[in-house]
Amino acid sequence: MFNACLGFTGARTDKMSIANEYKGRLPKKILDEVASLTQGSSEAKVRKLLEEASREYEQAKVEPGECVGIISAESIGEPGTQMTLNTFHFAGVAEMNITMGLPRIIEILDGRSEISTPMMEIYLKQPYSKGKDLKEVTLAIRQTLLKDIVSEFLINVADFSIEVKLSQERIAEIGANISSIAAAVKQAAKGYNVSAGKDSLVLKKKERDNGINALYTDKEKIKQISIQGVKGITQVLPVKRGDEYVIITAGTNLKEVLSLEFVDDSRTVSNDVAEIAKILGIEAARQAIINEVFKVIESQGLNVDIRHIMLVADTMCNLGVVKGITRYGVVSEKASVLARASFETPIKHILNAALIGEEDKLDSVVENVMINQPTPVGTGLPGLVTKVKR
Amino acid sequence: MPEVYLNSKFVGHIDEPRLFVEKMREGRRRGSVGTQVNVHFDEQQDIVEIECGKGRARRPLIVVKNGQPLLTERHIRQLERNEITWKDLIEQGVIEYIDSAEEENCYVAFFESDLTPEHSHLEIAPQAMLGLASALVPYANFNQSTRLNAGSKNQKQALGLYVSNYYLRMDMDVNVLQEPQVPVVQTAIHKISDYQKHPAGQNIVVAIMSYKGYNMEDAIILNRGSVERGLARSTYFRPSIAEELRYAGGLVDEICIPDKDVKGYKSERDYRLLEDDGVISAESQIAEGDVIIGKTSPPRFLSSLDEYSLSSSTRRESSVSVKHGERGVIDFVLITENEEGNKLVQVRVRDDRIPEIGDKFTSRHGQKGVVGLVVPEGDMPFSATGIRPDLIFSPHGIPSRMTISHLIEMVAGKVGALSGRYVDGTAFDAEPEEKLRKELLNLGFRENGVETFYSGETGEEFQAKIFVGNMYYLKLKHMVANKLHSRARGPIQLLTRQPTEGRAKEGGLRLGEMEKDTFIAHGASLLLKERFDSDKTLVPVCEGCGTIAIHDEFKKKSYCPICGDNVEIYFVEMSYAFKLILDEFKSLCIYPKLVLKSKY
Repeated sequence: MFNACLGFTGARTDKMSIANEYKGRLPKKILDEVASLTQGSSEAKVRKLLEEASREYEQAKVEPGECVGIISAESIGEPGTQMTLNTFHFAGVAEMNITMGLPRIIEILDGRSEISTPMMEIYLKQPYSKGKDLKEVTLAIRQTLLKDIVSEFLINVADFSIEVKLSQERIAEIGANISSIAAAVKQAAKGYNVSAGKDSLVLKKKERDNGINALYTDKEKIKQISIQGVKGITQVLPVKRGDEYVIITAGTNLKEVLSLEFVDDSRTVSNDVAEIAKILGIEAARQAIINEVFKVIESQGLNVDIRHIMLVADTMCNLGVVKGITRYGVVSEKASVLARASFETPIKHILNAALIGEEDKLDSVVENVMINQPTPVGTGLPGLVTKVKR
Repeated sequence: MPEVYLNSKFVGHIDEPRLFVEKMREGRRRGSVGTQVNVHFDEQQDIVEIECGKGRARRPLIVVKNGQPLLTERHIRQLERNEITWKDLIEQGVIEYIDSAEEENCYVAFFESDLTPEHSHLEIAPQAMLGLASALVPYANFNQSTRLNAGSKNQKQALGLYVSNYYLRMDMDVNVLQEPQVPVVQTAIHKISDYQKHPAGQNIVVAIMSYKGYNMEDAIILNRGSVERGLARSTYFRPSIAEELRYAGGLVDEICIPDKDVKGYKSERDYRLLEDDGVISAESQIAEGDVIIGKTSPPRFLSSLDEYSLSSSTRRESSVSVKHGERGVIDFVLITENEEGNKLVQVRVRDDRIPEIGDKFTSRHGQKGVVGLVVPEGDMPFSATGIRPDLIFSPHGIPSRMTISHLIEMVAGKVGALSGRYVDGTAFDAEPEEKLRKELLNLGFRENGVETFYSGETGEEFQAKIFVGNMYYLKLKHMVANKLHSRARGPIQLLTRQPTEGRAKEGGLRLGEMEKDTFIAHGASLLLKERFDSDKTLVPVCEGCGTIAIHDEFKKKSYCPICGDNVEIYFVEMSYAFKLILDEFKSLCIYPKLVLKSKY
């Protein structure tokens, strides 16, 4: 494939061998670029260029003993001090602002399981992505609760029943009918006989042993019955992006949304890292962390190399579960007692270490700073190889 | 029905809140209600609030009825003839004090010409909306409010004549400007507040231009000639106090030249300036370490009068000496006694403060800056008439801060200085800029204040015309002489053996956690270790039990308190702070065992 790009007609095998020589030493992206730049050049020139490119490439690599962690921390931390704006208001829709800026970064890096503004971007399959049945699609995604379409609740104490008066307008708005609503309620309201009227439902309690108070608590539960849509998605907003429609939602439910037949499951994303880790696995969660952090940094007009963020995401995910950068997360996984103790709750770590007789190998940075020994990075890394005769 | 609250306590209901409030105010003006009472009707909350408690901010306004102010020409004439006073105007209900709540119910006209029948009050003067300090800023109405705040804040830190009897006082840490001047560009408040009796700055010639980058980032350039002629010279006073305290058991401090056998005796040299009574003489030059008041105290603990000590004196040296980095001249010596009848000695030290690089200056418009360079007079740029500015201000300080008043003051000051008069720069009511420009033109200058300037070093004419004018500049109390600090070696803390903190204790400058991180990020591991060597120690460690052993320097022998002396003991280099934390672990009943291993 690479040789095809080179576009040589003659001496095909020669050029192929040059490229193959460098295959392990240079990434494909650079090889491709060299190829496009050297169209029609002589073999010697190509070889010279590739030689120079691989030399530069070797030089750009991180050297042994380079403190990538601290450099990442500083590279993210310094621009972080410049971030100001917290929320971002979505044009056109009230009550849909998204946590952005520093609070969002903190939220992601802490590895919170519940984030403040869960969101999804749902891409649609053809032909829905072009706007076909857009209204139906959005209604199928947005969750409608019984209370959203009810005009009145009446409690009949005498025969232990709740009459639910439905609003015809709201029903028409969500494109449902009485019988489908009745079916949904019937399924959810256990312990009640549901009968549908013209524009009302009557729920009659089967057993009367819990008294009237139970009726009131049940009423609150009945309000929350889901009529249609995906659970957890409170708002939907179709947005035209390029030549297709994308649905942005408040609230996420990856599992159910991805199983909808009109949803393009290869491009649909959630911003909830914990949910992604649960549904799609740790690799997807790692990528989600990178994307979400990078999105915030980019939106603030700052410039942070993505590799710094990747390193952070890697440390958060390398145990197979998402760990936050907190004293309960990655810090608790450190091997050294002193390193753990130097970051919040020192007494807890010292006492626990004393209980099990933990040993500190002093082979990382923080411990060695504490005891004033050279840290095993940079100039502190190489040791003396020669054995000195005594 | 609206509720009525008296000083935030519920007192009842009212049917006609508007009428009630109106009647209360009428009563206040007539004299049947106290003049300190304010009423306020809150329409939104539907409550009436009556306030007469202390601690409210109130301000005076002229009462307006039917579009006519109650203050008439007749009142003013009477005031001028001293027939009536301010108090009479308040009693007559012509002027009343309004608090912030009642102000919400008022409709206040700014100028008399703005009055309509709807107005309830008229400002006494538009500048009355400014406080005392911000009203001292000339042409303040040309500025952003934030700059006005900064300007008035800076003026509070200016050196001047803070009291006229400073010579008799023993105030701590005070400065007096040696040659204070009354500003050429004044405001009404300058006259009202008797500013000429306690001025705080000097009128100087300011040019707005850059000078070789030494006035970047708000720095300013001073003319050495001006400094030598006495520009912004000030005197710094700091008293030292010593008291002969009495202790239990009839023991007393004694102010005297300490004996040589006193514990903590400094050196003969340090006491050389003391008179026979143990107090320094006036007008002696003093430098760091010199003793100002010699004093000895009885031993701190009576029990330490132990039988072993054969020496007669166990008294401690407790003299007052010149602090690190300070110098000066003894200004005044006062020997008296305090309330308990103990001998009390106060010695005031005076130090001349000539402006130097690092001293802070400001104009009255929040344009503060630090001296970046003091240029020899010959090198200062000069104008066609031979004027060399006293100070060069950077043009980059102007656009982002938008202090237009700064520029107008320069023109106004120039006019005032050239024509020998004061210029009125009262906010909202100042001499107009156009008039100043015309006057400047008539005085033979360009009306916009710029002049042709020549380089002081080459004599070449500058391509650009330079904006020069006279300004009132203030020297602020932050002077480098009080702040400059560095250390290579010095005192350490007893507990951690790390350097002390702070200038007063000759402390080190901390290399903090984030600074440490930058060393690591550079991979400068060994350099970092060296930086943190300030508290390094050699600790004998027992190989057997891993605890810190004991080294007996007399017997040249080490032994372990647990394993005895038949065990290998090695000296390990570590920070004293780490040794300390190991000891603290032991106090928590945690056994920190050091496992020793050869490094190579």
